[in-house]
Amino acid sequence: MSDTSKQPETFSFDAEYAAAAEKIIARYPEGRQASAVMPLLDLAQRQFGGWLPTAAMNHVADVLDMPAIRVYEVASFYTMYNLEPVGEHFVQVCTTTPCALRNCAAVLKACREELGIDIGETTSDNKFTLQEVECLGACVNAPMMQIGDDYYEDLNAETTKSILQELRNGGTPEPGPQSDRNGSEPAGGLTSLKTGTGG
Amino acid sequence: MAKLTIDDVEIEVPDGITVLQACEMAGVEIPRFCYHERLSVAGNCRMCLVEVAPGPPKPAASCALPVGDGMTVKTNSPMVKKAREGVMEFLLINHPLDCPICDQGGECDLQDQAMAYGVGNSRYDENKRAVRDKELGPLVKTEMTRCIHCTRCIRFATEVAGIEELGATGRGESMEVGTYVEKALTSELSANIIDLCPVGALTSKPYAFTARPWELTRTETIDVMDAVGSNIRVDSRGSEILRVLPVLNEDINEEWISDKTRYACDGLKRQRLDTPYVRREGALQAASWDEAFAAIADNVKDKDGSKIAAIAGDLVDCEAMMALSDLMDGLGSPHIDCRQDGAKLDAAVRGSYIFNTTIAGIEEADACLLVGTNPRIEAALVNARIRKRWLRGGFTVGAVGPRADLTYPHEYLGAGPQTLKELAEGSHAFCDVLRNAEKPLVIVGQGALARADGGKVLSAARKIADGCGLVSDGWNGFNVLHTAAGRVGGLDIGFVPGVDGLDVAGILEGAANGEIETVYLLGADEIDTSHLEKAFVIYQGHHGDAGAHCADVILPGAAYTEKNATYVNTEGRVQRAWRAVFPPGDAREDWTIIRALSDVLGKTLRYDDLAGVRRRMALQNAVFEIVGDLRESEWTKFGEMGVPNGDVFDTPVANFYMTDPISRASETMAACTKSMAKTTQEKTGTDG
Repeated sequence: MSDTSKQPETFSFDAEYAAAAEKIIARYPEGRQASAVMPLLDLAQRQFGGWLPTAAMNHVADVLDMPAIRVYEVASFYTMYNLEPVGEHFVQVCTTTPCALRNCAAVLKACREELGIDIGETTSDNKFTLQEVECLGACVNAPMMQIGDDYYEDLNAETTKSILQELRNGGTPEPGPQSDRNGSEPAGGLTSLKTGTGG
Repeated sequence: MAKLTIDDVEIEVPDGITVLQACEMAGVEIPRFCYHERLSVAGNCRMCLVEVAPGPPKPAASCALPVGDGMTVKTNSPMVKKAREGVMEFLLINHPLDCPICDQGGECDLQDQAMAYGVGNSRYDENKRAVRDKELGPLVKTEMTRCIHCTRCIRFATEVAGIEELGATGRGESMEVGTYVEKALTSELSANIIDLCPVGALTSKPYAFTARPWELTRTETIDVMDAVGSNIRVDSRGSEILRVLPVLNEDINEEWISDKTRYACDGLKRQRLDTPYVRREGALQAASWDEAFAAIADNVKDKDGSKIAAIAGDLVDCEAMMALSDLMDGLGSPHIDCRQDGAKLDAAVRGSYIFNTTIAGIEEADACLLVGTNPRIEAALVNARIRKRWLRGGFTVGAVGPRADLTYPHEYLGAGPQTLKELAEGSHAFCDVLRNAEKPLVIVGQGALARADGGKVLSAARKIADGCGLVSDGWNGFNVLHTAAGRVGGLDIGFVPGVDGLDVAGILEGAANGEIETVYLLGADEIDTSHLEKAFVIYQGHHGDAGAHCADVILPGAAYTEKNATYVNTEGRVQRAWRAVFPPGDAREDWTIIRALSDVLGKTLRYDDLAGVRRRMALQNAVFEIVGDLRESEWTKFGEMGVPNGDVFDTPVANFYMTDPISRASETMAACTKSMAKTTQEKTGTDG
């Protein structure tokens, strides 16, 4: 369990999230509402600002009429639920093999330098938390990092720094490949299917 | 039936069982940690690997593999040996080798199986993982670094105890068993996880660092903390009882016991009466047996029998009640009663005061009505059986009386006599549930019987039994749930008022207004002793509790672990308790005290050995001829005319952990009471 000083006393879904939760619960047969635990935990994490305090897990347990320990088990099993507070921008840098081959070390180093924090830490202004993660499934655009819900791909030290700077200044950098290629197309331009539907 | 070959021996086994069970039937031992026959199959420890053909060319977990016709199982092949060695080596990677300071040492599954199936050395030289210990309350001590993640405790809490509070959080190497948010377990059966734990991760807190198993003398006997009559093993060293463990009895407690049964034993060391006392000049002073008997003789001799009365308490054995009943008879007193709580039970009809269905019989039932009872705290193991039956499905439970969390969902029908009346008249909707059930049962608690209109409640329950078909050929669904271990025995002995005799309320009233001059309290502590100020009170018992405080003469008796005695449980099952240690100081076995006193009073009882008393008991009531088994009771008329009209029903047990002189003297039970009060407070604090 995390540092109790940051744990809120209570938590409950606000109107918008409660409505979303209703919709999700309605997908499952009656009496099987506990199946909605993972999407509801995600909702709770979004509402609370990127992490799940114990009160939020208890609330999900109440809403789904299931024992709290079963919710704790789920939330602590999956790494995408944060049980510790995170900053406004949750930076997850992939360091699995393809990204490692494409020099994710430089990306990570750039993050460290730009943010002044190490892996697992949060900046003192609570803006950024840096995390090292396993493969996020965007190997074709390696190296990459995920910030919040967005993927930033084809990174190098400079692009990484500029993304973080822009975020710090309140901007919203364009997600996707930071090189000049389109999506996951070959870096030097198309090599086949050059004439096509254009779709 | 499936035919399979296990280690070259052909065996036929029932379909649907697992390979592990088949191996056991064939007499082949399969090592295991996570598998337990009373819990669901987890299949995660991998210790039970065997070689099975046909199948993939790799070892298979026998606990999770159903038998198939024509299977060939090898449990001693090189592949199996290698697999077991591998699993054991992995299990030991993160297990601290701290056996010398571990309480499980000497009775540890991991230790034993490492000896039998391990390789003896490890190739692992990294750091072992360490896990923070969990706080699970005053009974269970944790050393979570030792945990091998078998999840037996989680499955027990979830399935048997019905409290989903334990779980496995985190994953992989960071997986930890615990409650995540620190809290004491809220089950009356929580300490059974100590027995289930195959390693020293969960050990007994009160027993910590007390003894090694090979130092202990083991005595199999009967528990008296409730009326279930759980079979227990008392472990003692010298004159001290160190711990109580369950003994398997499929008909009663299976292999569980309640926390009170297990841990009230430290109360046997405190507040004990170890010498006779006589009140002189207003103060109780230690005396010799002769002096104590002389003081009684002074008071009782030549007194008219109608001025003498006796009350037997909740923990009293049948031998003592038989002897006292005979002595009172000799003194010419009809005023005897064993129903200290004033329960309106009819001693004349055995079927009206026992648990006719039997505890194991609950598993056959398909509908259940609880009247004025909270079985969870009155008889935790009966409740566990009801839950076990409920888990199988097709079982409806309705409750009239106290609202309670019984660990299984139930229909709350009402709080008191009004609802019972509707049920008895057949107008209540739940009557249809009972009528449509094949084997319905009703359980009437002492909360509904120990009251002025208790006799009417009993007849209303009988009406329900008759009206809804609870009693038929081969099925008796009428049950009375007792809370006192001595009650059924007392009723069987006939320790109830004779002709023109007074019951407990009458005796107390008589003592207050001077009609009763002498009151013999045989371990009776749950009565209002303020009525006894005028009377000459003889207290015979083992603890300095309420009864002893108001006594003029105290005769020190033996507690249930200190005598060879007979108890009858709520089912009417006669069971023998065996002496584990001797009573302290000058204290004696209870029936011998009464026998000696009878001599002094000139009313000598006609038996002078245990066999003699037991012959007398069998003569009094034939049920005492059969020990351990049951005899069916007749279904005849009982109860009192009229309609129950009193207040709502309540449970007689206010605090599960403290119900009798022994548990009230126990420090562990006091700690549990405190811990429970804290949990309850927190609950009302946050849940509104």
